[in-house]
This record gives sequence, structure tokens and C-alpha cells, in this order.
Amino acid sequence: MTQAHQPTSIQPDETIVTDEEHIKPYMLNFGPQHPAAHGVLRLILEMNGETVERADPHIGLLHRGTEKLIEHKTYTQALPYFDRLDYVAPMNQEHAFALGIEKLLGITAPERAQYIRVLFCELGRILNHILNITTYALDVGAITPALWGFEEREKGMEFYERVCGARLHANYFRPGGVRYDMPKGLAEDMWAWTETFPKCIEDLETLLTNNRIFKQRTVDIGKVSEEDAINWGFTGPMLRASGVPWDLRKSQPYEVYADMDFDVAVGKTGDCYARYLVRIEEMKQSLRIMRQCLNAMPGGDVLANDYKVTPPPRGEMKQSMEALIHHFKLYTEGFHVPAGETYTAVEAPKGEFGVYLIADGSNKPYKCHIRAPGFYHLSALDFMSKGHMLADTVAIIGSMDVVFGEIDR
Amino acid sequence: MTPKQLGSHLKKQLKKSFLSYTIENDEYVLTVKRTDIYHALHVLRDDPTCLFKQLSDITAVDWPERVSDRFDVVYHLLSMRHNKRIRVKISTDDATPVASVTDLFDAAHWAEREIFDMYGVLFEGNPDLRRILTDYGFEGHPLRKDFPLTGFKEVRYDSEKQAVVYDDVKLQQDYRNFDYESPWEALETVQLPGDEKGMTQKIGTIDYRKKAKETMKKIGSK
Repeated sequence: MTQAHQPTSIQPDETIVTDEEHIKPYMLNFGPQHPAAHGVLRLILEMNGETVERADPHIGLLHRGTEKLIEHKTYTQALPYFDRLDYVAPMNQEHAFALGIEKLLGITAPERAQYIRVLFCELGRILNHILNITTYALDVGAITPALWGFEEREKGMEFYERVCGARLHANYFRPGGVRYDMPKGLAEDMWAWTETFPKCIEDLETLLTNNRIFKQRTVDIGKVSEEDAINWGFTGPMLRASGVPWDLRKSQPYEVYADMDFDVAVGKTGDCYARYLVRIEEMKQSLRIMRQCLNAMPGGDVLANDYKVTPPPRGEMKQSMEALIHHFKLYTEGFHVPAGETYTAVEAPKGEFGVYLIADGSNKPYKCHIRAPGFYHLSALDFMSKGHMLADTVAIIGSMDVVFGEIDR
Repeated sequence: MTPKQLGSHLKKQLKKSFLSYTIENDEYVLTVKRTDIYHALHVLRDDPTCLFKQLSDITAVDWPERVSDRFDVVYHLLSMRHNKRIRVKISTDDATPVASVTDLFDAAHWAEREIFDMYGVLFEGNPDLRRILTDYGFEGHPLRKDFPLTGFKEVRYDSEKQAVVYDDVKLQQDYRNFDYESPWEALETVQLPGDEKGMTQKIGTIDYRKKAKETMKKIGSK
């Protein structure tokens, strides 16, 4: 087995050499320091003139060994690593890990916590899609969407901050519920935001949906058929844009998604433009879910009342020795998860985010494998960009919604 | 088709390749022979009662204390038609190659590369089995249990050489692996009066609360 780290240089292709001209195929290094590489993607393109013959993404520049680190941490300590995977929608990742642990422990979150989780997962989806759509538009030449979209995104981040204290690395979903209840007034403010935000989507659509340049750059670019999308492991908007009506929130509902009334956006053409349209529609549907959550949110606890897994309230610790001991044990030793294994997947904004967790009965996971949707999307880049122009590759990468936190892990 | 029916159906279809089929936490787990993994996944993909058309994920698990075949290779398949997932397991070691399933699922290309990179499991037939996540020129397989968390090499910029250089890892203090496991677990053989709360109610099949009550009775009768 050879470990070719550098691609070998290409031999000039005889078929394209004529007497008058000699086009030499050449290799183009795209990234890792390129704004359209969406982070740290190093892309080796073998070009024939302006046409891409082979795209070889080199990933791993942001590899931090998350899975290895998680094996050395208790379950509670491992949770914040999930914020750092897809840092654009951190709570959605935590959700998969928390659900996996809950499955092995055999506990469920109280109803109010489930509503809060769904509410913030959908907020995360909107934040993610704003970022993707606007930077994607930036890649193909439109600057204004980014300026408008980021203003709304900042408002969403503030809701994150108000509920957990951090704009990005939330560490908010815990096994057994969520860490804190929503502060007073947050629900009302979020409701007010759901009333104003549709205007932002409308504005973005005015700028992009019928924009001639945007359509010229995206329509019929990076087309993927239904079969190919399934075969390449596509999930989320990438899969739905190709016409597969598959959404884990509908087909394998977790938490309170079964009670929610929403539609699954499905594209028709499977090209970059369809992926944009699917994301726009998903934002509208997420808003619907958020409003239903805010309306139907019950009162009660937000954390399971099991002090072997969840910390006791601070007030109780001042009074009860037992609560104090529980707190101490929980934050040093952590909780023990009974031996077993599970693959738990959630519908993250980018697609199916899965956690394959093996517990050996101790306080640390024996193994925690993370299935990142972007990893499989990017693996199809060669297949999708073959025969396209260089500028189309940029459009394809943008439409994939890659974030290297989760791809490199 | 119920999960049990699916199990017996698979047993019939896979014949000798079939090793076991269990249902764990509502998830189907199928174990097959290493040599027949390609055949097994082919059946799972194309059999009309299965139709697991999407390969969600492949990963490996390292069990170094095993006598032979230290690695499990784990495939997660999804059937959108039947809305089911299945986990397929095989075991292998670091020298025996596993048949690549890139012909069946394109998603396997990078997944197999990742396992090769992280565990050193070889895949026969993968057209492009290079490292994927680790650095250029990296040595070793980081997710193996015998690979230290700190790694072996560290990278820094040398201003004299004006280049990035690789050194052996030098730690200011040794890596401290805190063992928070409590040494004061409840006694399992003897029950001391007043220690019932320290006992987990049930571990495996033993009901400790019940056991504690019995011990209390015994002490009381003396």
C-alpha cells in the first residue's frame, strides 16, 4: 500500500494537443487559505484549461482528535466537544449525544425540556441556513445577502446567549434535559422575532431567487440524481434537493417532533439552485415549528429528577448533605452508563448527524464515533464537479454547506 | 416484517456467512463472517425485504485485549423504503484486509479511508486508500487504544530555520489521567447496615436493594 500524500503530476493528455495549441493540464491548489473554501479545505484540482478533470479534497487541517479526546473524558466533560464540531449550529450536535446517552441510561427528558430542545434546534437550523445561504451568495458574487442575513443571525445568537450564556459553545443540552430553564421574557422575545424574521427571508429571496446572475451560477450546476444522492450517503437538504422526501424529524421522530405540524421541503432538480430553495423553505418551516413550540410549551422541570445523572438544584445543596454529595460525585466521577451500544441520529441542519456510542459500564465512553453529514457530502465533490468549470466548483462547495469543524472532527 | 422475521430471513439468505442477529435498544445488529461482508451488504442492499440502500456510516472499534481479531468494523445501513436501520459487524486484525464495499456504496470511499487512517484496518479493493484526516507524513493510527492521547510528534514554527518543524512531544508535566472512579463502591458481598443507599438499585441482573434487605434480615436474626 502506498500512502501518496501529494498527488502525482499528470502526464499531458495526447488527445487535446493540436498543432496550433498545446494546452497543458495543470494542477491548481485551491485553499486552504481561500475565502470560498469555507474554512480549511485544501482542494487539489486537476484542470484541463478551465475545466475540472479531478477534484481531490484534502481534509483534516482542522482535525483535533475529538473522538479520541471523548474516550478520555467523562460523559459530562465530553459534551462540550459537540459544540465544536459544527460550530454553526452547536445545539443540534449536543442533541444527538444527549439522546444517545439517554437511550443507554433509559431516561427521558421532561416534556418542557423536550420543547426547549426542539425550539433551539430549529433556531439552530435557521442560524445555519442563514449562514449558508448568505455566504453561498457571497461565493457567487452577491454581497448584500451576507450583510442583511448576519444581522438577523446575530439576533438568533443573542437568544442562544440568553438561554445558556454563550453565543456559540452552548453546552446547554444535557443528558436528562437542558441545563437551565429559559429566562423570563425570552419566550416573548423569540415570538416577536418569529414575527419579524419572515421579512428577512423575503428580502433574501428578493435578492436571490429570481436574480439572473445567481441563477446563471447555480441552475444545472452540480446536479445529483436521486440514486446518486442516496448512494453517496447524502442527507439533509442535499438529499431532499435531489427529490428524496426523507427527513428524520418526520420519518423517525424524536422528542416532540411527532406533535409538530410542518412540511418537508423537497427539491425537484437536484442542482445547486434546488439546494438553495430547499434551505429557504426549511427556514420557513423551522419558524413554524418554533412558533408551535412557544405556543404549546408546558411548565415544569427542565432536567430529569435523577440526581445520579443530573445535578441537584443549588438551593437544595445548601440544605441537604445528600444533594451536596450527589453534586460532588457527579462533577468528579460523573455518572456510569450501563454497557451497551447505540447509533443515535438527529436531523441536524446539514443532514443526518449520528453518534455511535459504546458504553462499557464505566463513567467514560469506550468509543464515540461521530457521523458528520458534511464528510459524506464533501466526499462526492469529485463526482459532482467533474467536467464543470472552476467557478462552478466554488458554487458546488458553497451549496454543500461544509463546515470543517464536523468534517475534520 | 417484524424484527425477528427479518432476522430469520437474513439467516436464510446469508446462509454460512451469517453469525448472529440481535436486537439491542431497538437497533438491529447483524454479525457476519469477515470474508463475506461484500456478499452480506449486497444482499442487504438489493433484497426486496431489506433495501438498505444507504450506507450511513462505517467505523471500527478497537478491542486490544482480544486474543485475535482486535478490530470490529461496523457498518450502519439505512433503508428509506422500510424506515429501518441495521448495524453490520465483522471482526478483523491489522494485517488481514477487509473487502471494500466501494462498488456497492460510493459513500464507502472516504469512510474506509478514515478507518484505514484511524485504525490501520486495510480495505482490499478501495481504489484510493490514503490517509485522510491526519497530517501529511503522519505515523501510527490515532484511534487505536494503545496510541497515547498526546501523540508522539508536536509541530512548531522554528524562527531560525524559518520553517515548521516536527519534534517529539515534550510535556511540561506528565499527562495526568485522573481516575475519578470512586474507591468506595458499595460492598457487593457484605452488606453493612446503613449502606443501602450507596448501592445502585440494579446492576445487571443483581437487585442490590433486595439483596440489602435480605442481609439486614440475616443480621437481625442473629
